[in-house]
Amino acid sequence: MTVDLAPRPAPTQGCADTPVLKERGQREVFCGLTGIIWLHRKIQDAFFLIVGSRTCAHLMQSAAGVMIFAEPRFGTAVMEERDLAGLADANEELDRVVARLLERRPDIRQLFLVGSCPSEVIKLDLAKAASRLNRQYFPQVQVLNYSGSGIETTFTQGEDACLAAIVPTLPAETADAPKSLMVVGSLPDVVEDQFARLFADLGIGPVSFFPARRSTDVPAVGPNTHFLLAQPFLSETGRLLEDRAARRVPAPFPFGAEGTTAWLKAAADLFGVSGDRFDRVTDAPHRRARKAVQHYRDRLAGKRVFFFPDSQLEVPLARFLNREVGMRLAEVGSPYLHRQHLAEELAWLPEGTRLSEGQHVDRQLDRCREDQPDLVVCGLGLANPLEVEGLTTKWSIELVFTPVHGYEQAGDLAELFARPVLRKQRLEV
Amino acid sequence: MKLTVWTYEGPPHVGAMRVATAMEGLHYVLHAPQGDTYADLLFTMIERRKKRPPVTYTTFQARDLGGDTAELFKSAAREVHERFDPQAIIVGASCTAELIQDDPAGLAKALGLPIPVIPLELPSYLRKENWGAAETFYQIVRGLCGPFAPPPGTRRPAPDPERRPTCNLLGPTALGFRHRDDIQEITHLLGMMGVDINVVAPYGATPTDITRLGEADFNVVMYPETASVAANWLKRTFHQPMTTVVPIGVNATRDFIGEVAQITGLDPEPVLNGEPSRFNWYSRSIDSTYLTGKRVFVFGDATHAIAAARVAATEFGFKVVGLGTYAREFARDVREAAKRYDVEPLITDDYLEVEAKIEEAAPELVLGTQMERHIAKRLGIGCAVISAPVHVQDFPARYSPQMGFEGANVLFDTWVHPLTMGLEEHLLTMFREDFEFHGDAAPSHLGKGGARVEPSEPATGDAGTQTAEAAVLEPAETAAAIPEPEAATGPAEWTPEALQELKKIPFFVRGKAQRNTERYAAEMGLTRITLETLYDAKAHYAR
Repeated sequence: MTVDLAPRPAPTQGCADTPVLKERGQREVFCGLTGIIWLHRKIQDAFFLIVGSRTCAHLMQSAAGVMIFAEPRFGTAVMEERDLAGLADANEELDRVVARLLERRPDIRQLFLVGSCPSEVIKLDLAKAASRLNRQYFPQVQVLNYSGSGIETTFTQGEDACLAAIVPTLPAETADAPKSLMVVGSLPDVVEDQFARLFADLGIGPVSFFPARRSTDVPAVGPNTHFLLAQPFLSETGRLLEDRAARRVPAPFPFGAEGTTAWLKAAADLFGVSGDRFDRVTDAPHRRARKAVQHYRDRLAGKRVFFFPDSQLEVPLARFLNREVGMRLAEVGSPYLHRQHLAEELAWLPEGTRLSEGQHVDRQLDRCREDQPDLVVCGLGLANPLEVEGLTTKWSIELVFTPVHGYEQAGDLAELFARPVLRKQRLEV
Repeated sequence: MKLTVWTYEGPPHVGAMRVATAMEGLHYVLHAPQGDTYADLLFTMIERRKKRPPVTYTTFQARDLGGDTAELFKSAAREVHERFDPQAIIVGASCTAELIQDDPAGLAKALGLPIPVIPLELPSYLRKENWGAAETFYQIVRGLCGPFAPPPGTRRPAPDPERRPTCNLLGPTALGFRHRDDIQEITHLLGMMGVDINVVAPYGATPTDITRLGEADFNVVMYPETASVAANWLKRTFHQPMTTVVPIGVNATRDFIGEVAQITGLDPEPVLNGEPSRFNWYSRSIDSTYLTGKRVFVFGDATHAIAAARVAATEFGFKVVGLGTYAREFARDVREAAKRYDVEPLITDDYLEVEAKIEEAAPELVLGTQMERHIAKRLGIGCAVISAPVHVQDFPARYSPQMGFEGANVLFDTWVHPLTMGLEEHLLTMFREDFEFHGDAAPSHLGKGGARVEPSEPATGDAGTQTAEAAVLEPAETAAAIPEPEAATGPAEWTPEALQELKKIPFFVRGKAQRNTERYAAEMGLTRITLETLYDAKAHYAR
């Protein structure tokens, strides 16, 4: 198999100025609480306590798949009729729940009080509750709060809100701190380790990852910190890091061979890594990634893909599918388009791509049926009904729960899109 | 405020969704924020429904709260009418919308849509899913049948003797535990008796069908959790009698046939004498002797739990060592049933409490929901699922009812599979000293180079066969769940002789023997566990 390693030219304009179809209506997406499912696996000494309703508890259970863990590090303080009667009472109730929880789980070092739609609507002040509880439990347990409510956050914005809550608590770097790199956005441990090795081989350091695996192991931040986003949904976190004088390294996101190389190159340039060294370190894994993707390119090239909004990963993934896998883009829908963080990605999309932001699910389904794409990337609520209509679908949630970043996962990422197509070809029933 | 990790029931509006999704030609306009749409996937993924639930969420956001969320509701309702053209609409609020008090009922009424609009009041902070389903079904029945009610005081005309009697099947919903197959089984059973079905509702019914409920001679209440409120209203309003027996198990099915015969005046004997179930013979067959007195713990919704306890005790010959439900609305019925088995009724929706009670009762089989399946897996106990909340596995491809005579056959198979089979039990005892037959032996078919032991392989005799519905011991977890005897565990110290003896016990019951002995020693205040203690404990826990 020959592997084309020549860099692909960017489209002259890309989608930098492409108008975006802004939609308002029913959204078929999760709320920000869902991020807890991967965040609690990432931060291994944290507990996420949702202050919400039975609906929130039911959502977590349904989204996580019924009971993966016996006693997970998340739970819901379910508000009841009597909690709604008076706010003072709700605060006392919360303190009681937290006391019982921390007594039961002495291993917990960080507790997030996570706001929900109902707690936001009744204006239960969780920031105040967190500072009250900190007076009691800090430093044994650090209590933080953020909102994962559906009225404020869409799916992955929950992680943004969580990380944004941590940023103000990060220690300040010392005045003589060397230039450092902070990789921002939760990554599966295996991917994090791969990136750490690549940065080490490039001679870039010190490198920290945020969030850290242990809450007690957080990186320092300051004017010598340069942060590289690993996820495209961290607008608030990015803003707060900049408030603490850290500087964002503009780059596309590390999906696919091309995205990963460009992402690493942005860091390498900043740290003055020579072109020779960069090529020496990245050439083999880049070649491997290209080869792994090539296998699926044969099956997917020329096919049209339609993205329903889900995780904000849509733009980088569409870019990957278009430039590295050769797919054509029918529509790229995203819950929210952060023009600045996505600038490099948008420039890489073919001119005139139909971009949509927000959602009116019924109208979007109309467009999708009209387009008859070869592959629809959508949530679990839509997938089976679309399959019944004869369309081929890929569950978008798998793109969030599976390691897909970096060189070694580029083939896996392409495979996720190829699988439903291949399966459809194979089945004779 | 109550700390909840896992829940048996969703909020009441999910109950309303189960009713709406089961029906055709009905649409639910739900005032709710973004994110509440997660509930769609329960239907499209767990039940593999081919259509999206007929639910439109208004999807208000924080920035709308100061403005006009009411207008959002109205435009959503208007759009639903235009786009989906339903025969009727139900309107209501999820937990968050309940707090902003927009009055969906009043707003929908003000729209003046040319179709029936049925408002729902489902208090999210007080009630749960099953209550929501029952209330929604009742409001739909009342709203659509009400106009056809006979004037108060009129008597029901005598049924035409030339015509076969008819009934409605009430209660089956979307996401119900085997509702799809129960409908088929009960329809078949009633057909054999000479009864025709007027309407099945809510499952598969249109709003127009609902208006015809009053035409039936009587109502079959399949699932009291969802149907009894509506059936009671139909009884009061249309003077329709209703059945009270839920036909799960051979005897309950016979009782149900008797009840239908009484209501209709039909002769039950032809159906009763047909011996239509294999259950009776399978249970009497001598290979089933080993089932005698097996300890079972039963937990689920009230209907299935009560029925399962009866079947377990009187048709399998098990010993019921625990009976409980998460359905507080039906707590009284479960308490009543628990008296028959001389057990303390467990009424709770706290999963951790259920786990503690199961551990305490040390059953050999758990009949429960998907929650108990996980508990049983962790404790290394066999389990069969008998009730919602459901999992994708609870929608098998094959015909697999719980009700009627075929349902009884299904119960026999699914409850027996997780247990060690009768003859195997003897062989295990006979060969347990055999050098080839111990906890660390590889399955014989793998030869000498066989991998590590897989407890569910035939060679070790554990009949933990993997089936879709019978949740069973998974090899890896079983191995992990059964500790090797360790002198250091527990407060009492094992003497070398006792430890040696413990090792002779087949490995898959060794953990239990160890636990029982240690508990016995603790209760007796012993510091050393001797051979005597081991056998004293065995006698103590013998049934």
